Amino acid sequence: MSTEASAPARLAAEPPLVGVLALQGDFEAHERMLGAIGVRTRQVRVPADLDGLDALVLPGGESTVMSLGVAREGLAEPLRALAAAGLPMFGTCAGMIMLDREHLGILDVVAERNAFGRQLHSFEASFELDGVPGGPVHAIFIRAPWIREHGPAVSVLASVDGHPVAVRQGLVLALSFHPELTGEDRLHRFFLSLAGLLPEPAKED
Amino acid sequence: MSTNGHIARDESTFTTKAGLAEMLKGGVIMDVVTPEQARIAEAAGAAAVMALERVPADIRRDGGVARMSDPEMIKGIQEAVSIPVMAKARIGHFAEAQVLEALEVDYIDESEVLTPADTANHIDKWAFKAPFVCGATNLGEALRRIGEGAAMIRSKGEAGTGDIVNAVTHLRKIRSEIRWLTVLGPEELASAAKELQAPLPLVRQVAADGNLPVVLFCAGGIATPADASLVMQLGAEGVFVGSGIFKSSNPEQRARAIVEATTHYADPERVAAASTGLGAAMESIETSKLGAEQLLSPRGW
Repeated sequence: MSTEASAPARLAAEPPLVGVLALQGDFEAHERMLGAIGVRTRQVRVPADLDGLDALVLPGGESTVMSLGVAREGLAEPLRALAAAGLPMFGTCAGMIMLDREHLGILDVVAERNAFGRQLHSFEASFELDGVPGGPVHAIFIRAPWIREHGPAVSVLASVDGHPVAVRQGLVLALSFHPELTGEDRLHRFFLSLAGLLPEPAKED
Repeated sequence: MSTNGHIARDESTFTTKAGLAEMLKGGVIMDVVTPEQARIAEAAGAAAVMALERVPADIRRDGGVARMSDPEMIKGIQEAVSIPVMAKARIGHFAEAQVLEALEVDYIDESEVLTPADTANHIDKWAFKAPFVCGATNLGEALRRIGEGAAMIRSKGEAGTGDIVNAVTHLRKIRSEIRWLTVLGPEELASAAKELQAPLPLVRQVAADGNLPVVLFCAGGIATPADASLVMQLGAEGVFVGSGIFKSSNPEQRARAIVEATTHYADPERVAAASTGLGAAMESIETSKLGAEQLLSPRGW
């Protein structure tokens, strides 16, 4: 189990607001999953969309398209500033690549693109993830990256064949795979819990 | 640390096939005929490229039998870019599809733009590890293709014309037939399946979800940023641009503009900005002036 502290639990009247980077990719799948858990979501395409967010998700998609979009929209500096100010961030697949040293530089890792190979080598697998209760998670890897190297502040939560595929650094979580496509919300809950944003279960009358 | 031993992998499942299409959503897939064009497309923000020997406008002009591309050209494009590379096989030509799978292309387009190889049967796409995208002009056609194993659907439009009218017709038809299914009673779905000539389990699924079970892109006639915005507003989840980019006067700028308009499709000011100063669009053909034998979209059964 990781010993890193989670953010303090939030006492708020309305549900937290989680931004989902919506330049390209499967951002709607993340929104559906977050919405079902009970947080509000907002699609982020321009810097003004970042105002007032409690967390940000960087979805799956094509990282080249997202990089160009981030540059075109002037999103890189605002995103780095928000990360430095402690905004929790969650990247999946292309989102993990966007967070690495060679892209936004928010996570002290280097992601290797398409590391598992072309589409014919995309796969599903099940494995335990440190800190996520309830047994193995089912993971969908699509032309997926892995972490080639990482700094000391990064904890590896899961690996496949010796390659890290789930990492955490403070309030930033990154996965090589796509929990947003499985219909199972444990990893989104795990992230919201790290961020101190997990809504309380509805009270029974 | 979790277990680092060897983990069992289940490769090329329908979930990973349909999942790649999920990753392409909100993106633009561009036709390219050389590695150089592929690099331009990638640098302009293409989510994937379609490798082919001739763009549809040239296939239309040249006539003759249009076939799968030379593997050498496909390999050159695979080496040139890191984004997914798609390639086309003729309708029903499963041996061409086997070749494309052997080349490890990321998606196979069983395409009406090439000359069909079988007048009755499409490829049995379940037999492949590579995912397939297929064209459709209506919901029944889309569900027949999904029933055969397609993991992504594109509305057909009329390729190589630069005329958006058929893309709009096909997309509207698919969306409106989906809406129609959602209001039918369970006892009416069998008759609807018969009418659509589509598998009943898929008809039931669409009726329950109000959506196709796979991603729906739009293709065939997109030439401008506003065309991309139009079809996205009509319910496309991304766009294919064939001749529209590299047959225009300034491909690089037009490619960027169509990418931008696809992301910001709901923001007219951004689409206006993207549309400004692009130079000439591709040389276009009004679809209604084409004879029935010149239309590509009726190919497929």
